[in-house]
Amino acid sequence: MNHIKELLYKMADDLLILGHRNSEWTGLGPILEEDIAFSSMAQDKIGQSQTLFQLLHDLGEQEPDTVAFTRNANQFHNAIITELPNMDYAFSIMRHFLYDTADQLRFDMLANSSYEPLAKVARKVKGELKYHVFHANTWVKKLGNATEESHARMQTALNEIWDDALGLFEESTFEEQLIKEGVFVGEVELKNRWLAIISPILSDSMLTIPHESTWKPNIGGRVGKHTEHLQPLLDEMSEVFKIDPTAEW
Amino acid sequence: MIKSLDPRVTREQIDIDNQIAPLKDLDQWETYEVFHQKKRGDQHMHVGIVHAPNAEMALLFGKEQFGRRGVSVNIWVVRTADVFTSDYDDSDIFETVPEKQYREAAGYKVMEKINKYKKQNK
Repeated sequence: MNHIKELLYKMADDLLILGHRNSEWTGLGPILEEDIAFSSMAQDKIGQSQTLFQLLHDLGEQEPDTVAFTRNANQFHNAIITELPNMDYAFSIMRHFLYDTADQLRFDMLANSSYEPLAKVARKVKGELKYHVFHANTWVKKLGNATEESHARMQTALNEIWDDALGLFEESTFEEQLIKEGVFVGEVELKNRWLAIISPILSDSMLTIPHESTWKPNIGGRVGKHTEHLQPLLDEMSEVFKIDPTAEW
Repeated sequence: MIKSLDPRVTREQIDIDNQIAPLKDLDQWETYEVFHQKKRGDQHMHVGIVHAPNAEMALLFGKEQFGRRGVSVNIWVVRTADVFTSDYDDSDIFETVPEKQYREAAGYKVMEKINKYKKQNK
């Protein structure tokens, strides 16, 4: 079962950490309508992570709240891209676009997983993910094609975050087993499909992916190697929980 | 580079001596009227307004502002400027002269007939 737990942990941690990061925009979004939409999607992500933590609990791991709020940074399996602090809105939108497209594809593939509980979750979150990607695509196209400044900020964000985005597809030591048992088709396949989807959207938005010869996937997140940005996020996220871990909410 | 995203730290430069200065271009987007449909076949109902730079984004925002509680199956957005409206000065066009009871349902004395019919068929 370790291969399935590892897969669930990385997915749940990605969603929890990015959900928290995105929620930092609440009240500070560029306009009211977008503030509400972005915050609402952040809540979707936390909810999805909770569902996956519940699957882990069913496999013998601790309660979802315990797992979410009491681990240290080196026990988290999220990709580096999800923990980076928000810069300007272009950065957050670009991350949202790159991550959510990968997330939607991953869940799409898992809808046919041989591990039925996960396949069920994948089918349940389909609608939320569809909206997230629709939201991301709309913003990327709009900002990429709007003014010189918006285009420049989006291109800068893409350049800065590209290697971190590639880190989403860090391969697991269980890769072969997951593929063989039909649980998941694997990170390489996921990355290839992801590239095929994001490339035309970026080029429609006048944005250029860095040249392949320069790619250096920023990996390590899946095995607990994180940047200095993760621990402060965890401290803030668990601040209230830690006042009284036994409280009923 | 922006120092902070917090509006309490990074303030918009507003001339306080001239608080009603016209907004700069792109300062406010135009508005779209949002209509949602609760289930297929129902009529679309007007539910509110969103700011958006184009129709696609209005749809994006309309869904989240008014459809996120899961009671919609479909949504329409219409540029507010494209809605042709009557004038409030012309509200009197809705007033009718009272002496036209024959046009109103109340003008038909049917209740008596209905009651009589009911009585007969008891």
